Amino acid sequence: MFPDLMFYVFASVMLIAALGVVTAKNPIFSVLFLILTFLNCSGLFILMGAEFLGLMLVLVYVGAIAVMFLFVLMTIDIDFAMLKEGYASYMPVGVLTGVVLLVELILAVKSGLFSSDHLITQTAMPIPTDTQNITAIGQVLFTDYLAPFQLAGMVLLVAMIGAIVLTFRRREGVKRQNITEQVLRTRKEAVELKKVKSGQGLV
Amino acid sequence: MTIPFLELLTLENIQALGWIVAQVLTITLPLFLAVAYLTFAERKIIGAMQLRIGPNMVGPKGLGQPIADAVKLMFKEIIIPSGASKIPFIIAPVMVMVPALMAWAVIPFDKGLVLADINLGVLYLLAVSSIGIYGVLIAGWASNSKYPFLGAVRSGAQMISYEVSMGLTVMTVILLSGSMNLTAIVEAQQGMWYMVPLFPMFIVFLISILAETNRAPFDLPEGEAELVAGFHAEYSSMPFALFFLGEYANMILMSGITAVLFMGGWLPPISTPLFDAVPGFFWFSLKVAFVLFVFLWARATLPRFRYDQLMRLGWKVFLPFTLLWLIIVAASMHIFGLVGA
Repeated sequence: MFPDLMFYVFASVMLIAALGVVTAKNPIFSVLFLILTFLNCSGLFILMGAEFLGLMLVLVYVGAIAVMFLFVLMTIDIDFAMLKEGYASYMPVGVLTGVVLLVELILAVKSGLFSSDHLITQTAMPIPTDTQNITAIGQVLFTDYLAPFQLAGMVLLVAMIGAIVLTFRRREGVKRQNITEQVLRTRKEAVELKKVKSGQGLV
Repeated sequence: MTIPFLELLTLENIQALGWIVAQVLTITLPLFLAVAYLTFAERKIIGAMQLRIGPNMVGPKGLGQPIADAVKLMFKEIIIPSGASKIPFIIAPVMVMVPALMAWAVIPFDKGLVLADINLGVLYLLAVSSIGIYGVLIAGWASNSKYPFLGAVRSGAQMISYEVSMGLTVMTVILLSGSMNLTAIVEAQQGMWYMVPLFPMFIVFLISILAETNRAPFDLPEGEAELVAGFHAEYSSMPFALFFLGEYANMILMSGITAVLFMGGWLPPISTPLFDAVPGFFWFSLKVAFVLFVFLWARATLPRFRYDQLMRLGWKVFLPFTLLWLIIVAASMHIFGLVGA
């Protein structure tokens, strides 16, 4: 089956890239690996039939959020010695988190939580077969989940305004261009005609 | 124990892969030719606008010029600066070129003549065109040099800003056609091209694609007066050629998107028996050529924007205007009972 082959391609590249995110020495490479992970993840989404989610992942995470990461990392001066400084002290906590997560995952797999028959009976929404992905999402998003949807929008708006308020400062003594003012200037205000007497000039 | 991956490498799957590669090549090879001759057209058209002749020495009427240029670039030495980050430095031009080619998968050239007729074609186009920023950003960073870096940062900020207004203009088209499938969008324009009812959006879209492709008058990322050559200042030979090709491939792509979304794709201007007999591919190419001419026209006529003016136009003019127009379109569709038509 061709989709099966594609699944293995996407999944293996994604795992390698995810490993690259945590092992890369330079944070820039970490972000680049992260982007590769996102792209392969979106491929997996599309293989599962969730094409809207897959494309949204690329559009939002790859197209906007990862660009911001890259921007920040590119413009700060990274000191590699300082990055490694706390390595030993953070190590135990990191290993502990990893081990706990691994044990949880093994337990979940053992108990059959991820087996295919379990997943089919436990879906939160029945998977629509006759409508398009995006139509189905729109139909529930603007009816049943209208309030949470609007609320999420408000939260994002508050975050955006907050960021602007925190970073905005009005600088004194800076000449600002006011385009409306420039455009509204008339010949009368801008040009003054003078008669210059010969041999005297303008004083 | 069997390895599932190797089991899947059957003759059938390899044939499927080969078929995909063949389909991709039938689109990309003519596209490369179109890119080469777009550079020629640009030099000729701008030459004519500036009362010069343009290239006229290589071959009849100078038509061999693009091929001579390609050969010249291929035989030049590839220089990698000693402080550069090598792998990203080499990958970056490829990352500019590839998304520009990927997007062609969903563009319908004629009725039924499309590689992948997917339901979310418009979304796919937006997603793929948003990947193109990385090539420029990585090129600027990997060069380890001031001017390329400044050019890359400018380019990144510019492309993100104009993507917002571009997305909103595309939304009005989706509202009117009621579909994200590009074939359906073209067919919905049977009676009237969307550039008529959505004329202001058409203009905003045209200006936004100039900024998206880093073309004049928004070519600040490579503004030679202040940044030498911007993000590709350190590149030479084929890597440079890839940036060059990527920029022109992007121009053709954006023209194709404009033709599909606003100018009725493969549809003739008026449906008369004579016009209907002409293959749709001809009309499509004609529209793409027209938008490309606008690109070149703008370059020959307009002076470069200052960076703060560019940002002002994107965020303070286009964004509120497109948002307002989106609401107007949605409201008027509701009033005239066009919803769900």
